Amino acid sequence: MIVAEQKPLEEIKGLLGEAGRVLIVGCGTCVTVCFAGGEKEAGILGSLLRMSTKMEGHAKDVGEVTVQRQCEWEYLDAIRDRVAEADVVLSLGCGVGVQALAERYPNAVVVPGLNTKFMGLPLEQGVWAERCAACGQCLLGLTGGICPIARCSKQLLNGPCGGSSQGKCEVNPDIECAWQLIYDKLKAQGRLHLLMEITPPKDWRTSRDGGPRKIVREDLRLPVAEKA
Amino acid sequence: MTDTSNGYKSGSNLEKVLRAGNFAVTAELGPPKNADGEVIRKKAAILKGFVDAANITDNQTAIVRMSSVGAGTIALQAGLEPVMQMTCRDRNRLGMQSDLLGAYALGLRNVLCLSGDHQTFGNHPQSKNVHDMDSMQLVQMVVGLRDKNCFQCGEEIKGVNPRFFVGAAENPFGDPFDFRPYRLGKKAKAGADFIQTQLIYNVPKFREFMKRVVDLGVHKQVSILAGVGPLKTPGAAKYMRDQVPGMDVPDEIVERMEAAGKGIEDKKAKAAANKEAGIKICVEMIQQMREIEGVAGVHIMAIEWEEAVPIIMEKAGLLPRPTFNGSSGN
Repeated sequence: MIVAEQKPLEEIKGLLGEAGRVLIVGCGTCVTVCFAGGEKEAGILGSLLRMSTKMEGHAKDVGEVTVQRQCEWEYLDAIRDRVAEADVVLSLGCGVGVQALAERYPNAVVVPGLNTKFMGLPLEQGVWAERCAACGQCLLGLTGGICPIARCSKQLLNGPCGGSSQGKCEVNPDIECAWQLIYDKLKAQGRLHLLMEITPPKDWRTSRDGGPRKIVREDLRLPVAEKA
Repeated sequence: MTDTSNGYKSGSNLEKVLRAGNFAVTAELGPPKNADGEVIRKKAAILKGFVDAANITDNQTAIVRMSSVGAGTIALQAGLEPVMQMTCRDRNRLGMQSDLLGAYALGLRNVLCLSGDHQTFGNHPQSKNVHDMDSMQLVQMVVGLRDKNCFQCGEEIKGVNPRFFVGAAENPFGDPFDFRPYRLGKKAKAGADFIQTQLIYNVPKFREFMKRVVDLGVHKQVSILAGVGPLKTPGAAKYMRDQVPGMDVPDEIVERMEAAGKGIEDKKAKAAANKEAGIKICVEMIQQMREIEGVAGVHIMAIEWEEAVPIIMEKAGLLPRPTFNGSSGN
């Protein structure tokens, strides 16, 4: 899932500026699961903004609505009227959600209420960790299902570096050394031969380095007439 | 010009020393955090004639310093053969190759390929790192420029190609310990000509590492220079033991450093006693390294203490250094 965190309230208030009517748009998918921008968080943030702006003597009219998936047009079409009434739309979606709103409603002022952090998973209640960097050419088959691009601080393909110590990364003892994990996994599986080969330099064109990415699936595209 | 007679790969002094079967010695020269070339000339004057080549660090510990190409060129002009360090942290494959072309044109002949310390340790922790390639791939690339006469992309180099003597690093005490000898073997397979290890204070453990390296036959494919360095103070020993990831400093070494200055009130005398002990330990380690099968030389890391190197060399009986064709590379 995409993991995000809410921005500090003061920063959010700064983004809202003088706007009188604010619409908070939550998202029912990833950011709900990571407790950053779902219906519940939208409600709490709405109350906070109403209370604090009232106490500061410039009460804002704050409404909330949560859509199932902020990153798809069809879910956004249902809130057209509410968007039209707002001076500012405060998105609690990930960066994709914010942009989907801004694209669908070109006249609306859309600002982000979250910082989108990474693609990852919950390790335990309240703890999330990064797992995928979307490099566009998956090599997990060579590395025991542990990604060195997302999880090695130096993105080494032929690790570990000399800073690996007792399973930890030199950057921070809270970070596990991805290459220690890869080594342990492949050793346990009797597949250490995979580490004896030199992995060649990566072709980063499939990653962000190749420019903004897009997938076109001709087998799924609709005939021109049906698109309209 | 490059001396490729006798089948030399690069013709560097370091290559000649190793090829002739001499116990090689390299040192380290840290460029300044400013644009003053005089700093390099002063340090080079201290080391010149006492070592076979000196590493010029590349933004060591991720702190901005004069480039290893620039500082290496000044060292060369001052008569000290440089080993240009190159990390994968700050440049992509375009930047690294163009610097290699420039460095070669300026007369540099040795390069040490490194991943690079992470930028969070340095003075620009906000920066973006690159890591387009890793150190293993960098070795392959520099070897390819020399032996395949082509750029990393496969395109032929038309005209003069850079012919470097190619080095890499290895930390014998990094984890997983069992994999380290194999990783060293991978660097040899990538084409590395020489290896400089991280600082070693735990000689028994290094001996165990080298035994495994020798069992794999890796020492015959690549010249291994063991990293040693004089400790200046007991505090430095303790810091390395307790705070530096991947460092293994036995208590015995710390205790010897603590004992050296014990009971000495005068600050200057205490510092001198500490330094003397540090140099003594370093000399002993060099002697021990010479007895270990597969060790082709030592890399002396006297960080911001270049003056210690000639003393260590003298005490270790490693002088004079070999010369070739009537003149040393220095």
